[in-house]
Amino acid sequence: MTAPFEPARGYRLNPAVALRPEPFGALVYHFGTRRLSFLKAPDLVDLVRGLGNHRCVSDALATVPDGRREVYLRALAALAASDMIVPQPSTSEVPCG
Amino acid sequence: MTGGEPQQSERVPALVEQFKGGLAAPICLTWEWTYACNLACAHCLSSSGRRDPDELTTGEMMSVIDELRAMQVFYVNVGGGEPTVRPDFWELLEYAVASQVGVKFSTNGLRLDAGRARRLAGTDYVDVQISLDGASRDVNDAVRGRGSYDMALRAMENLAEAGMADFKISVVMTRHNVCQLDDFARIADRFGAQLRITRLRPSGRGADVWHELHPTAEQQREIYSWLIDHGDRVLTGDSFFHLNALGATTIPGLNLCGAGRVVCLIDPVGDVYACPFAIHDTFKAGSLRSPGGFAEVWRSAPLFAQLRTETSGGACRSCSAFSSCQGGCMAAKFFTGLPLDGPDPECVKGHGVSGLTAAAGGGLPRAEKDHSHHRPAVDVGMPSIGVPAKPCDSSPLAVTT
Repeated sequence: MTAPFEPARGYRLNPAVALRPEPFGALVYHFGTRRLSFLKAPDLVDLVRGLGNHRCVSDALATVPDGRREVYLRALAALAASDMIVPQPSTSEVPCG
Repeated sequence: MTGGEPQQSERVPALVEQFKGGLAAPICLTWEWTYACNLACAHCLSSSGRRDPDELTTGEMMSVIDELRAMQVFYVNVGGGEPTVRPDFWELLEYAVASQVGVKFSTNGLRLDAGRARRLAGTDYVDVQISLDGASRDVNDAVRGRGSYDMALRAMENLAEAGMADFKISVVMTRHNVCQLDDFARIADRFGAQLRITRLRPSGRGADVWHELHPTAEQQREIYSWLIDHGDRVLTGDSFFHLNALGATTIPGLNLCGAGRVVCLIDPVGDVYACPFAIHDTFKAGSLRSPGGFAEVWRSAPLFAQLRTETSGGACRSCSAFSSCQGGCMAAKFFTGLPLDGPDPECVKGHGVSGLTAAAGGGLPRAEKDHSHHRPAVDVGMPSIGVPAKPCDSSPLAVTT
């Protein structure tokens, strides 16, 4: 079972997952589960790619325009539920967000 | 398409709209490794039987795999012919898997003895699909040839015994097996396999038997209802989207003709077609033996550019069901002589049937590659001769035992 999505934690793209650039965004493929998913906006692709560089999800979402933040948060939660993104090995005890 | 799980967002157009413009590489690539086959199925899409002397060599096959890896084609559907009769089949399979190009291969079960089954079960990234067109020996063998039912079941037993989880059992729906849908599901359950049902197309030798084998209008409704009830556990290769006009609920899947957009076919000699059901010059995009290889064909073929533009919808545009069925299957129309921008021959509103009568008068287009055995390799009785034990046409609602 996948742990519940916690925006206050750091996440990263699962190493078993590949992103393939597409005109609409990207195709996401999980080599382990063989599941296919789609990111339907280029800036969502950037967000997912760069997720691992942020201490937590809320941090990563800081630069996303207000109007889209909620939608992208839901998208990330869905990606976490399907194991496409995974929690960072915890490096900091201080949660953020 | 398997496993598609589009993210929901109201800010961008529906995924299906985005797919219409085509993808950077196919998602659903069918690659037929040989025209050689030990069987002579009556409805073979690729008119297979004899090997083509010009088939891609081992080296060429490996180059294609390298290219697919570079294009991030994560898996391919390998078929034929019977792909396992290629002497280099297992070598190529291992090469693809090591290149992170997953393989789902379709087979009639010929080579899947206990030893092979154990090796396959131990190989990550390989999926096996056994073809079976009847849930009973007589219904299956009438289409696929004598002995083919036992061969398929033996392969399934070997796979199950080896612990190969979730292999696929692939069924082409015909007039004689629609009433066996529950039986197929039981066979799949028995082996821990997943059922896949697809549409009979009038392609290849399928053109010769389509009129007598394709499901009746009543059976189309039965398939639709069955899929609505069981669709979450059954794969369809998106082949029944033309039935969506039958009700308010949509069959799970993309609901789109993916030809040249997300789907294409590489045939055994390296020719690239828009889809596996359209081996005809009209749908040939090019050859991967040309400079630039497969990537160049996928990205630049004029045929694919044309398929990626919005279709007019033609005569179907004014129909209330157009948004559900999208006009149906291009290949089914082509090989039954119907205009490509008109209704599908199995249009659930019946708009295709009148066209069929008109088209039957002229010469219908034929598949342009025929590798059929000069004589059938196995006895193939026409379905009307081998009377099924549970003939669907007597009562499509018959309770099976």
